[in-house]
Amino acid sequence: MDKLRQTPSQTVGPFFAYGLTARQYGYDFTSIVDNSLVGAFPMGIEIDIIGHVFDGEGKPIPDALIEFRQADEKGRYRSVPLEKADSDFRGFGRFGTGTEPDAGFHFITVKPKALSGQAPHINVILFMRGSLRHLYTRIYFPDELNIDDPILRSVDPSRIRTLIAESSGANRYQFDIHMQGLNETVFFDL
Amino acid sequence: MDQTSFDVHPPHLYAPYKSTILRSPTRPLMPVRELLKDLTLPAFGESLIGKLDNDLTKNARKNGEPIGERIKVSGVVMDEYGKPLAGVLVEIWQANSAGRYVHKEEIHDAPLDPNFLGAGRILTDREGRYSFYTIKPGAYPWGNHFNAWRPNHIHFSVVGHQFEHRLVTQMYFQGDPLFEYDPIFQSVPVHARELLIAKFRMDWTEPEFALAYEFNIILGRRSSTPFE
Repeated sequence: MDKLRQTPSQTVGPFFAYGLTARQYGYDFTSIVDNSLVGAFPMGIEIDIIGHVFDGEGKPIPDALIEFRQADEKGRYRSVPLEKADSDFRGFGRFGTGTEPDAGFHFITVKPKALSGQAPHINVILFMRGSLRHLYTRIYFPDELNIDDPILRSVDPSRIRTLIAESSGANRYQFDIHMQGLNETVFFDL
Repeated sequence: MDQTSFDVHPPHLYAPYKSTILRSPTRPLMPVRELLKDLTLPAFGESLIGKLDNDLTKNARKNGEPIGERIKVSGVVMDEYGKPLAGVLVEIWQANSAGRYVHKEEIHDAPLDPNFLGAGRILTDREGRYSFYTIKPGAYPWGNHFNAWRPNHIHFSVVGHQFEHRLVTQMYFQGDPLFEYDPIFQSVPVHARELLIAKFRMDWTEPEFALAYEFNIILGRRSSTPFE
């Protein structure tokens, strides 16, 4: 049987906030997730991840939408559906870069554990006005053993640093995404 | 290998849509499919979905009904083999009938509608079906080039259960005269543009109430490079 043709991708545009991140932006609509991936009683090490998305001129992009998807402190991806009253680790979050004064993003999560031979990491899905197809990248940690990670091993060594967050304080990490330029972030093709 | 499934998507850089110029990657994406094939996205429970979340004609009423043409937009979310995908989160947002978005940064001089937000969501049922009631969105001008107007459209965000079943797209309406002038619509290869256009369904129309449109969503692996 011939495969069906996929529905083509289109940009998220500049006005996604009242639909996808309503609570963060102060719109009168609920949000299914926000920038906190932790539950009510977080296990493991709670961390903050902050960063920016920079365009080809080095300007921070104020209308990007970022999604985090990650394993928990035991290396498990949550498979139980997320619910409204849910005190467990969520493992999925969203944040738009339109509310922080410096057009940054900020997630509160737990440090994920390594799983199946991969170094601990956070999966990042990136949308923005001006992006016709979403992009996928990963955040690795500077204080973990990354050397045997199969994905990092297949990345051009000169670009590996674009995938590793910087420590910016106790349990605090900085991860900037560069769309272009010398520090252009490595994006993955799914 | 069936080539068509690989080239329906727009390129990252499409210069007529000016914002892509500084916001698209310049280096090739790194293929990692084999390492990521088991990567999941979260499942969402019904408790997250409000009773009126899929009825945009009702979910933001303040003192009356929203102004405009009431429509029903329905379809099936499926994979490339036609298998319906249940429990997929479908979120939409759109302009009101005057072509005005609620977004605070929006400056287009068209009226807001106090009874219309323009946002909704639903989970697909066991047969992969979703359905929204809404108001037909108006066209609106934007700053891409002189006298630039977007065709009427509804934004869709779709979260399936696997990483490759994540999609953000826009649904358009048949016969829109702005298609040929809109670089966002035109960024899609010619042969695939029809996939973004909802079909008018007279047989689904609710007499005395709402016209109906069908928009099926097919999710699959995104790779632009046919290999394996």
